[in-house]
Amino acid sequence: MSFQTVTKVLLQGFGENCVIFGVTLLFALPLGLLISFGSMSRFWPLKWLTRTFVWIIRGTPLMLQLFVVMYVPGLLFGVVMPNRVLGITVSPRMMSALIAFIINYAAYFSEIYRGGIESIPVGQYEAGQVLGMTGPQIFFKVVLMQVVKRIIPPMGNEVITLVKDTSLARVIAVQEILWLAEEFTAVGLIWPLFYSGVFFLTFCGVLTLLFGYIERKFDYYRG
Amino acid sequence: MSILEVRDVRKSFGDTEVLKGVGFTMEKGEVLAIIGSSGSGKTTLLRCLNFLETPDAGRILVNGEMLFDAADMCARSEAELRKKRLHFGLVFQSFNLFPQYNVLRNVTLAMELLSRESPDFKKNRKEICQEVENRALALIERVGLSDKTHAYPCQLSGGQQQRVAIARALALSPEILCFDEPTSALDPELTGEVLKVIRNLKSSDSTMIVVTHEMEFARNVADKVIFMADGIIEEEGTAQEVFDNPKSERTRAFFSNYTEQ
Ligand SMILES: Nc1ncnc2c1ncn2[C@@H]1O[C@H](COP(=O)(O)OP(=O)(O)OP(=O)(O)O)[C@@H](O)[C@H]1O
Ligand SMILES: [Mg+2]
Repeated sequence: MSFQTVTKVLLQGFGENCVIFGVTLLFALPLGLLISFGSMSRFWPLKWLTRTFVWIIRGTPLMLQLFVVMYVPGLLFGVVMPNRVLGITVSPRMMSALIAFIINYAAYFSEIYRGGIESIPVGQYEAGQVLGMTGPQIFFKVVLMQVVKRIIPPMGNEVITLVKDTSLARVIAVQEILWLAEEFTAVGLIWPLFYSGVFFLTFCGVLTLLFGYIERKFDYYRG
Repeated sequence: MSILEVRDVRKSFGDTEVLKGVGFTMEKGEVLAIIGSSGSGKTTLLRCLNFLETPDAGRILVNGEMLFDAADMCARSEAELRKKRLHFGLVFQSFNLFPQYNVLRNVTLAMELLSRESPDFKKNRKEICQEVENRALALIERVGLSDKTHAYPCQLSGGQQQRVAIARALALSPEILCFDEPTSALDPELTGEVLKVIRNLKSSDSTMIVVTHEMEFARNVADKVIFMADGIIEEEGTAQEVFDNPKSERTRAFFSNYTEQ
């Protein structure tokens, strides 16, 4: 089998990984912020509920969550995964994978946000208050930029982990890059497995550079 | 009419009563120095005046208008509170500048946000922003930092940061400006520049409350001095009265401790 054929097949598989990556970020980043507000809420039932949720999601394997989303709705409740969302056709397996990834990563992101928000000294809020700012003004004009600066390094870590985690979707038979690379072993080819690693290395390398660049953008101030 | 009247303010944290009934009045343009040992409630008093803490009892009147009455539980909505806060300004011991903004932006931010609420902001956006900036530049000049207008807080010395904080607090022209130990986070050689700025404000007719451990400064600048001990006002009078002829035993003990150090 030629290098070109393998490349084409693997690229196709990596496309699935990229879909999971992109869609997960798109939804988990804002969802995580909502969850973090819940976990910092002064209304204790909400706080308790979100913290338990985050604990469960972070305390169980993503692989298990993939199985749960894949099988539980159908087998227990007879719910069928929609295969068209907003006019885009999605296979039920892909749909399950996306839901599991979004929930899982939203929980992790929420903890990063919470750490960032709670690390801002109260003095910043109080300075805003005595200057007559409203709550939203303090959050958006004073706190947010500082939080963003602080969470970029942990976010970078988490996002790079996500790139590699996307291959977990193979456990519910999403035909992502590792699934396809492994199929080549059936015809006696080992090197496509290593070749698939190059895709991840390249993607993560680009992300590392990107996050380094963003970090430097925020270097103009300290604190 | 007194510009500020504080009546019998009390505040407890849990079981510890920190303010046990504090009351005083101030006239417009006066400088009041509050001295007293650590833990006597000075910071708590300033925080109550700025509505960062809610007193358990007492009243606060500005220009005869009742701003706070512990007996009156209504009128404590967030919006009301904001409006009341604008009567007061507070300069923190630890500056609390906004690190992501330069000096100019630190000073303009609150002014700009406030002016957005005026009905003709959309129409005269340009002029209003220009006005805000000009006012900020004037304030920055007044605290002697014109050459640092575009510097970030992390590029400034502690003394310079505190002067920015003073300019920022002056931006909204509070009727009463409070300072909580403005120089105690500073190296000794930097306290002078900050105290000089505060002293110059006095000549511009600002009403100020300064919590300080700088006795020389309090004696020279304050029209009135309050000595606090254990959550009450132990002694109160002109600088001469309190410093040179303290009536209370505790005040005398405090000063003799002080000169020993
Ligand atoms: N948020 C709080 N919760 C509990 N106790 C507090 C709180 N704020 C202040 N206190 C207590 O109130 C007392 C008075 O504190 P405060 O900060 O007003 O003193 P201070 O006169 O400013 O002292 P210093 O000269 O050290 O600044 C202290 O015993 C302090 O521990
Ligand atoms: Mg204090």
